[in-house]
Amino acid sequence: MAQYHQFDAIVVGAGGAGLMAALYASRSVNTAVISKLYPTRSHTGAAQGGISAALGNLEPDKWEWHAYDTVKGSDFLADQDAVDILCREAIDAVIDLEHMGLPFDRTPDGKISQRRFGGHTNNETKKPVMRACHAADRTGHMILQTLYQQCIKNNVKFFDEFQVIDVLVENNVCNGVVAVCLATGETHVFQAKATMIATGGFGKMWRISSNAHSLTGDLPAALLRRGLPLQDMEFYQFHPTGIYKMGILLSEAARGEGAVFINNKGERFMERYAPTMKDLASRDVCSRSIYQEVRAGNGIDGKDYVYLEFRPEVVNRYFQADGNPRRVDAAYMEKRLPDIIDFVRVYMGIDPITQPVPIQPTAHYAMGGIPTDLDTRVLADEKGTIVEGLYAAGEVACVSVHGANRLGTNSLVDLVVYGKRGGIRMAEYAKQASLRPVKQDAHKMGEAVLSAIRDNPGRERPSSLRRDLQTLMDQDVGVFRTGAGLEDAIDRIKALQERYKDIHIDDKGLQFNTDLMEAWELGCLLDLAEVTAFSALSRTESRGAHYREDFPNRDDQNFLKHSVVWKNGGLRVAYKPVRLGRYAPTERKY
Amino acid sequence: MIKVHLKIKRFNPEKDKKPWWGEYDVEVEPTDRVLDALHEVKWNIDGTLALRRSCAHGVCGSDAMRINGRNRLACHRLIRDEIQNGQITIEPLLGLRVIKDLIVDMEPFFAHYRSIMPYLVNDTDPGPRERLQSPEDRARFDDTTKCILCAACTTSCPSFWARGEYVGPAAIVQAHRFIFDSRDQGAAERLEVLGDSNGVWRCRTVFNCTEACPRGIEVTKAIGEVKQAIASGKVR
Repeated sequence: MAQYHQFDAIVVGAGGAGLMAALYASRSVNTAVISKLYPTRSHTGAAQGGISAALGNLEPDKWEWHAYDTVKGSDFLADQDAVDILCREAIDAVIDLEHMGLPFDRTPDGKISQRRFGGHTNNETKKPVMRACHAADRTGHMILQTLYQQCIKNNVKFFDEFQVIDVLVENNVCNGVVAVCLATGETHVFQAKATMIATGGFGKMWRISSNAHSLTGDLPAALLRRGLPLQDMEFYQFHPTGIYKMGILLSEAARGEGAVFINNKGERFMERYAPTMKDLASRDVCSRSIYQEVRAGNGIDGKDYVYLEFRPEVVNRYFQADGNPRRVDAAYMEKRLPDIIDFVRVYMGIDPITQPVPIQPTAHYAMGGIPTDLDTRVLADEKGTIVEGLYAAGEVACVSVHGANRLGTNSLVDLVVYGKRGGIRMAEYAKQASLRPVKQDAHKMGEAVLSAIRDNPGRERPSSLRRDLQTLMDQDVGVFRTGAGLEDAIDRIKALQERYKDIHIDDKGLQFNTDLMEAWELGCLLDLAEVTAFSALSRTESRGAHYREDFPNRDDQNFLKHSVVWKNGGLRVAYKPVRLGRYAPTERKY
Repeated sequence: MIKVHLKIKRFNPEKDKKPWWGEYDVEVEPTDRVLDALHEVKWNIDGTLALRRSCAHGVCGSDAMRINGRNRLACHRLIRDEIQNGQITIEPLLGLRVIKDLIVDMEPFFAHYRSIMPYLVNDTDPGPRERLQSPEDRARFDDTTKCILCAACTTSCPSFWARGEYVGPAAIVQAHRFIFDSRDQGAAERLEVLGDSNGVWRCRTVFNCTEACPRGIEVTKAIGEVKQAIASGKVR
């Protein structure tokens, strides 16, 4: 027996996008948030460095410059109308957050403080610009806390620790979701006029990853099973500065404050790869440069890592070499980067104020995801057919503002701008729509999948399959890719899917059966990994974060377009054009 | 790799009448997190072990538990720092009902959090741009903005163990974050809540909370500042 609920609007996921959507939708319609975690556990809280908006508080800036930087960062794959909305509305969104109480750091005259970040420039001088609004190096934490606080103030209804296992989509109409209450194991059907998916990323398909354990792509996988496609899945960002071997993120804010990459010869090698922006080149460029150094034998001790240096004397030496009058000291670094300095001390047992920090690229962010239009409505195909009543925003969505490579800070901008936009649009829709009936057995499909796992007497442990998946994704679907490696990866993922049919779990109970949920999540990761590798194999060019060694150049003639991939009834790809605007594609240099 | 003997307090409400100690031997790196050792158990020995976890680097607050008798985040402590004679003992947080193994009922904790109005109170029109705040005014409450609501502080407090109605250190920390924010106008109402019989005066300055906080917040000091504000009627 399932329990039934009815709402005008439901939001799945309680990170920045979900809470922003819920906050705005709840102002006019009956809204509930469903999240597999307590909202304050969401991974938005791990975002560190800042949220960009052209406030111009410390030096001249314009939202059009932010837009150009975003389009260039995307390697010209972003849809430029979506980028205009992002960068124009970022200004009001950041002010909105401040009014909600977000404790931004301040300038001496009391305005929101801003700092430099990778890829963000003054378009006239081409130099880095101070655009990232920040609260120390825990900006995401502050956004998450502030939005949750506002949801409490506005009495938003929460279903915490409910795992959504199916989305009720048929014939391009969505009527709600099916979820399991983790505490009891009971099935709940949420019937809604408007459903938003805001569940974040799926970076746990890689081993070296900055992502939380919970980021397993459950909802995009559910949509694939319901016959809907995903867009631009070949574009996955590897952040250059993960803690060596662990993947824990060290924010780009470190380089915004002057930190530099150093190889085993003591060289600041980014000068060779990005003569103007150097260590603040975009993330795809930095990650590739690090691995090129490693391949050239310039990794530290000949291994697969380099140093991130934020010792004040090293930072100041390079400021001087660059003719930059800025100087930093230990106290300043501790104040501006307290959390990441703590991460290095706790997890590496070294002090970044006195020692260099071993780093390697870490799987970080999905540029691709659930295709949507500018109003966050989910699209069913490359032609733009709308799925009625279904919305998506944040990392899980692909609108597309990040194209082939996201700029630092723009994930937080995306969350608040498109989360708000989605919340407003779904409320407008829900006010004029009526609840559509849900079939009596709506929950059966989702339940059947769970029972099959629970009752499977198989031999495989989910953990060993997950480890194998993560290892092969690191090897063949990482920073560097080849056609042969990707074909091999797809074969091996398919073999893992076969082995997955033969899994067993230990926990056969109902209450907090996290054994069951982890096994189900693994099934989602396997499906998304297959789509990712297939999308990467289909794109025979290099663009942004997608680098094909067998096709090392960007090919605008054939690939200035978005991929759209289906999985039901065999893998299938279609393409749709990029919506260009003011900025024609040019060669991308930093 | 080193061998670690994990002693984990187990309880499955669907099977057990009372809690029992599960004992497991795992091999991990000394620089692995305690969470990694728990995953070794869950993934390779006994999948029924239940715990909450998410970010795995000390910022989401999911995996607060008692490690060797002290409240810690399992992802924020390394094996080499916790291992004692080859062993680590792990129990659920005290003072909240155990639901299953290391998972406790967080609802009473969040109810206390909600009781102190954990949101900015200011109904004046802020205008089209940001409200101004000096760096000094911003610094006044910086420490308490770090709170991740993991409950390590509240469930380390003897006063909370003795009386679950006490709002507890975390709720006071959250109140402090707003009371001392120059933009906020809700201090009087919050101080009224915190001045009643289940408020700050239950704090006996044992300092367990400060010792337990994985974010390094000076919790007892924050509670002291709230006490002083109630006593003096002044917040700034």
